[in-house]
Amino acid sequence: MTIAFKPDETFRGTYTYRNSPKGIRRFPFPFHQDQYMYSVNMEPHTKGPEGSVFENAFDIDEHYIAEMRDRAITLERDPGRCVSLPHMMDAEWDTLELIMESLSRDYPELFTLTKDGDRWHWVNKPLGIDQTFTFGNAATLPCPPFEYITRQTQGDFVIMDQRDNNLFADSGMITSQADWSLMFDAGMSFMEWHGPVPLAHELGVFERALKYLLMLQQGRPVRRLNWTMTINPRLDTSPETYPEWGPDRASVTPDNVGDKVHLRVELQALFRLPRSNGMLFSIRGYLASMNELATYPRWAKRLHRVLSTLPNELAEYKGLVRYKPTTLEWLSKFDDGEVLPAGTQPE
Amino acid sequence: MSSASLNVEIRRIRDLAPGIREFSLSRTDGDDFPVYSGGSHIVLSLPLGERTHRNPYSLLGDPTDRKTWRVAVRKQEDSRGGSRWLHEQAREGMRIDIAAPVNLFALNRLGRRHILVAGGIGITPILSQARELARLGADFEVHYAYRAPEYGVFVDELEALAPGRIHHYVQSRREQIEFSSLLAGRPLGTHFYICGPGGMVAASMNAGKALGWPESHLHSEQFLAPTGGEPFDVKLTASGKAFTVPSDLSLLEAIEQQGVDAPYLCRGGACGQCELEVVDASGELIHHDLYLSAEERASGKKIMPCVSRLKGGCLTLNL
Repeated sequence: MTIAFKPDETFRGTYTYRNSPKGIRRFPFPFHQDQYMYSVNMEPHTKGPEGSVFENAFDIDEHYIAEMRDRAITLERDPGRCVSLPHMMDAEWDTLELIMESLSRDYPELFTLTKDGDRWHWVNKPLGIDQTFTFGNAATLPCPPFEYITRQTQGDFVIMDQRDNNLFADSGMITSQADWSLMFDAGMSFMEWHGPVPLAHELGVFERALKYLLMLQQGRPVRRLNWTMTINPRLDTSPETYPEWGPDRASVTPDNVGDKVHLRVELQALFRLPRSNGMLFSIRGYLASMNELATYPRWAKRLHRVLSTLPNELAEYKGLVRYKPTTLEWLSKFDDGEVLPAGTQPE
Repeated sequence: MSSASLNVEIRRIRDLAPGIREFSLSRTDGDDFPVYSGGSHIVLSLPLGERTHRNPYSLLGDPTDRKTWRVAVRKQEDSRGGSRWLHEQAREGMRIDIAAPVNLFALNRLGRRHILVAGGIGITPILSQARELARLGADFEVHYAYRAPEYGVFVDELEALAPGRIHHYVQSRREQIEFSSLLAGRPLGTHFYICGPGGMVAASMNAGKALGWPESHLHSEQFLAPTGGEPFDVKLTASGKAFTVPSDLSLLEAIEQQGVDAPYLCRGGACGQCELEVVDASGELIHHDLYLSAEERASGKKIMPCVSRLKGGCLTLNL
């Protein structure tokens, strides 16, 4: 498998990010049915079909190089997007080990890892990195192990410490979040962190999810999809930079919906970490414009129905209220009322 | 929904003391073991005749040793076969399946000081915790109680790990741990961990609570061997099975024998993973687990089939 990287595309300013036809086809469209509601929609994170975003533990795609550059820009502007509390060092090494072993196994033509005892040699060809270091000795890397490896892996990452029958968000690399602040949430418990989510608490979703996650086993990761919408293909939609992107929500017109409005899907996976007994939470984001999604009419119809029946609390929480009517109007052109069988497939 | 399993060979068996044996295990596929966190246990699948018997044992070695895992097993007087098989039938070179490690007795990494207490064979998870704390350079002390000098089976390993920080209590010399003094006057941020016989664990928890320790700083682990009991009848609504649980099998084992895939993890009443919904019970539910709250027990709606049973009558479960 070869990936044709698009190293020059941008996620700010000129917004030149686009998906190739292959990229659209593998987009993890999240809606099985015409209505959406929160649920504990977790399943084993096992190897999925070849070419799908579920094929590997950590998905690398055509946007890899550009996304890593965008992360570097965000970190340069705001180093606080990477936080790790002092008791998390074992979990940092756990994360580095898990990601390096996964990437070198799943993409041998892009990444290689060779070990001679604790002496490790890591080669990242797409980013031109060749690093020899001593596993367990942070001084032998240019930055702490969690920051080091997550600067080289698509998606945002949180490491949770497990104690008091709870999970605490004690480390994070968060540069492409859907409007939540790592600086605000760092150190919070599972319930505190999910406090703002509407309706789901009443459904008991978080209680059940927490109970399930506390028992997550080594070697048996789980995943779920989450979604929101974003104006322009922007990764850094954080509260800290709200003045830069918030006003874009008012820029959507019937003429530019197709280009500007993006469905943003997060493939979230959870991994038990062996030496720290912590848990890695990866939040791998995918963006597709309405134009791109509508190349598959089934998706356009489905999205039209999901958005038109979405409870107001959810639309409010996801920040869609302002441009939802314009988007619905645009999507309605595709919806002929055909009955769609359950499933997320494009055709 | 059984655990991800590894096939291992028993590489070495050592008799440590009367009734206590240590087993060293290595992977048969030649791969390295994963590392694990201090306090973790594995579940061994033991071939007892035509049925598989699964017992949890704490990993006691160095959590970073990827070649060898070690467990120590005390022969239970009233063994239903698991520990007896390991003491009488197991031989070096035999192969068995084990489940990946699970930690229900993890260290709190925010702790400023850690007090580890072991009673008898309860030393096994304490040993891996002590190794982890030593590696992290943390402040800790170990209190190790055993019946007689020859039962202090890991004394040398502990002393090598943390010289001067190991305190011994030998029952034959009438020494015993006074929890109300051990736990008194400890600074905030101290965490307490104990693994040992039920009475000892309960005494320490009571002493801690009486001294005002927060429950979140009192950690304990006990594995309950499933006790046999009177036979009883079971109906499973979803899978449509009806059968009798014999006196020498646990409810979970009997369900598995029917070919029904039931969830489980620790098989010792501690983790909560095997919880089943009780649709109807025409007898008395005998709860042996450490997981369900008093209210949940009183509701009669839940049972942990790895250790709990019904006394008389028929139990109908949603499975």
